[in-house]
Amino acid sequence: MANLCGVVGIGQTKYDAKRIDVSMPGLVREAALRALEDADLDFSDIDAVVIGKAPDTFEGVMLPENYLADALGATGKPLLRVHTAGSVGGSTANVAISLITAGIHDRVLTLSWEKQSESNAMWGLTVSPPFSVAVVAGAGGFFAPLIRSYIRRSGAPEDTGIRTALKDRQNALKNPYAHLRIEDVDFDKIASSPMLWDPIRYLESCPSSDGACAMVLAREELAEKAPTPAAWVHGMSMRSEPTQFPGRDSVNPVAGQLAARDLYRQAGITNPRQEIDCAEIYVPFSWFEAMWMENLGFAPENEGWKMVYEGATALDGDFPVNMSGGVLSSNAIGASGMIRYAEAAMQVRGQAGEHQVEGARKAMGHAYGGGSQYFSMCLLGKDKP
Amino acid sequence: MRDVAIVSFAQSNAAREDRNEVEILLPVVKAAVADSKLERSEIGFTCSGSSDFLQGQPFAFVMALDGVGAWPPIKESHVEMDGAWALYEAWVKIQTGEVDSALVYAFGKTSSGDLAEVQALQLDPYCATQLWPDADSIAGIQARLYLERSGRSERDLAEVAARSLRDAQSNPHAVAKGDFDAAKLLAEPYRSTPLRDHDCPANSDGATAMVVVAGERAKALCDRPVWIRGFDHRIDPPALGARDLTRAPSAEIAAGRAGVGDAAVDFAELSAPYTHQELILREALGLGDEVRVNPSGGTLCAHTMMSCGLNRIGDAARRLAEGDGDRAVAHASQGHCLQQNLVCVLEGE
Amino acid sequence: MSELPTPLKSIVTPVRLEYDHSAGAAATGFLRGLKQKKILGARTGPGEPVLVPPRGADPRTSELAAELVEVSDKGTVVTYSVVRVPSENIPFELPYVCVTVLLDGANLGFFHVLQNCPLDEVRIGMRVQAHWLPDDELQENLASIQYFEPIDEPDVPFDRIKEYA
Repeated sequence: MANLCGVVGIGQTKYDAKRIDVSMPGLVREAALRALEDADLDFSDIDAVVIGKAPDTFEGVMLPENYLADALGATGKPLLRVHTAGSVGGSTANVAISLITAGIHDRVLTLSWEKQSESNAMWGLTVSPPFSVAVVAGAGGFFAPLIRSYIRRSGAPEDTGIRTALKDRQNALKNPYAHLRIEDVDFDKIASSPMLWDPIRYLESCPSSDGACAMVLAREELAEKAPTPAAWVHGMSMRSEPTQFPGRDSVNPVAGQLAARDLYRQAGITNPRQEIDCAEIYVPFSWFEAMWMENLGFAPENEGWKMVYEGATALDGDFPVNMSGGVLSSNAIGASGMIRYAEAAMQVRGQAGEHQVEGARKAMGHAYGGGSQYFSMCLLGKDKP
Repeated sequence: MRDVAIVSFAQSNAAREDRNEVEILLPVVKAAVADSKLERSEIGFTCSGSSDFLQGQPFAFVMALDGVGAWPPIKESHVEMDGAWALYEAWVKIQTGEVDSALVYAFGKTSSGDLAEVQALQLDPYCATQLWPDADSIAGIQARLYLERSGRSERDLAEVAARSLRDAQSNPHAVAKGDFDAAKLLAEPYRSTPLRDHDCPANSDGATAMVVVAGERAKALCDRPVWIRGFDHRIDPPALGARDLTRAPSAEIAAGRAGVGDAAVDFAELSAPYTHQELILREALGLGDEVRVNPSGGTLCAHTMMSCGLNRIGDAARRLAEGDGDRAVAHASQGHCLQQNLVCVLEGE
Repeated sequence: MSELPTPLKSIVTPVRLEYDHSAGAAATGFLRGLKQKKILGARTGPGEPVLVPPRGADPRTSELAAELVEVSDKGTVVTYSVVRVPSENIPFELPYVCVTVLLDGANLGFFHVLQNCPLDEVRIGMRVQAHWLPDDELQENLASIQYFEPIDEPDVPFDRIKEYA
């Protein structure tokens, strides 16, 4: 990486089913202003804006960033809009990081958002491509058969997903921004919740949320002056592969494996399970935690579920995952990837409050999208690389 | 900054295509990759531009992956913007040093939806969209203001159109072309005052692909690499009543940052869908009357939304590569009334 | 001074957009085949994998997959899920089973719905066959196949299909 990039400000909105208290500009500004405040900067300090979100059909506005330009203080500045399906929050941050590491800008505001209550996300996700007949509604319908495949090949116990969901929902109670905070959540409550697409139960699924997440990035000399120590970017990667082709492994996609290996190589990591302190991983349906532990090299193939069973991924485990409650607790689709990066940054900056992992020095952010085909990830460190 | 050159470019435009987006894109990408003389697997980064709402399908860009060589997995990104901005993202990626080359592509079919309705969704969703104003009417408001402020006439606009259509005759990818007389054009009825049909873009379906390479390598891959010497983009406020529609401040800033005025400009390819916008941009970019604009016919003669901006850059590069000039300015725009502008300064080797 | 009205928190803007989509050559062949009660896949050339439904290109090579090949309407379930989520576009009674079927002769799983099978008998490896609309109702779209249903053939061992699962 040519120049160093530091995350010097982080802002999130309260995630909720319907943020009817704000308009779209109001929603993004809430996150942007918090990030600027965290960095002790204002809009005039920002050189460029990189914004990301998922399909515009979720809000019913085409290219909404054009409409949001002045709300984000982007007048007279470069503004880029990234869209890589569910991984967009991550890839948006990746583009913003590139602007710093390439030495093009000094400070960049990056923000990802979704106000999906404006339109109908379920309809938007029930992709009925022309000349095709919709067979199942929602993203879960697409992923449930993959999870069934994972269970078949790994022999994982059927309640693995419930355990992950329980952990994430308990973590959410320690995150004031989280959408779903179920005070009396326990194993039975999740196990007895309605089965949606077998084996995914209602409480093992992500909600549909409105929300935005913003970060202020700065080049090294400026990041060193941040009021709260910066989170340093040690590496970032992305990979994509086609949706469907003979011989494709959609359960443990090669694109995810390669992106992870690239990331670890950049960050000088040879034993990810040992050297990374915690991770914010994109888990929209509970079982994906077990699957991604394997995909990202934290567990051997077919053994990711054991990490869940051992409690390794719990907040007090030896490899905490989704300390914030994860996508299972808040899913403003466009924002979720960036929230993972932001929460990882918060961990190494010591800003995570009740869901802080003590002494976290290296944290990973991860996002995926499409038919498990788009992957973006980053590694953040308390110290410079 | 690393030197980055355009080494190949291919495009396809038709008034109306029966092929779907992937079928249009596949041969264009194949041609650009073949002409680059690089193996597909050697190209370090892939970036594209397209719009879900234009295509009438969420996640529309996903199906394009089938046709662009995404296996084994590739480093790939996508912007919900004209391909010109995808080129910008690719250029930035090369500047980080992570990759040395990139494939950039864009596609769109303006014929599939009702473009007027689709573009109305690009306005303030609380106060403007519900009036369902079409892009031509909004452009008409800008044109009216511009004529009043500048003292130019509808005749001046007709002359932009006549010149563009005439020049487009030598461009196989333009969809509107011919020998037209400005006076005769003025006799036609208005579409949305003060604009007539010839003042408005000829909509088209198509796809575009380009390969860029960093450094000395570019010289080995083509006869005359075209170097990107300046590259910048800016945006103005969205509200139509909140800015001076007769000017394009963001284009002016971008032109300054890209160094347009640093040396003589042989010609410019400006992505102005409407005739009056060419005149606004000439002013904003500081292009004198002696600078030839849109020798390809420009976006006026082939408005393939989401790729027309990239086409301007590609057309300019092709002309320089063929030796017809040494330094050119290419421009892309997005949003109603030139809200967002990108400027790219190109120099032939 | 008069009272300000209650602030407006939201407005509803009905939007209706109509699009004209081109099927493309590959899909056109496939859809026409359905009207003739045939399932057609496509491949880049003889001996190459058959993709069903045809996607235009073979994603592994991005070569044009233009040669249409008929595949069987019988196949093996490689994975499935029991669905309990309603949707206005879907005509099946809840709960229903969605399946990925590896049709005989194809190299790509085909996503559809399973009917006429008790939920506890659905399994990976089971043999199924398409249930078509009556001949005089066949159309040029996927609705011509109403659903898949079990047939009396031995299950296929997991090892033979795990590459597609």
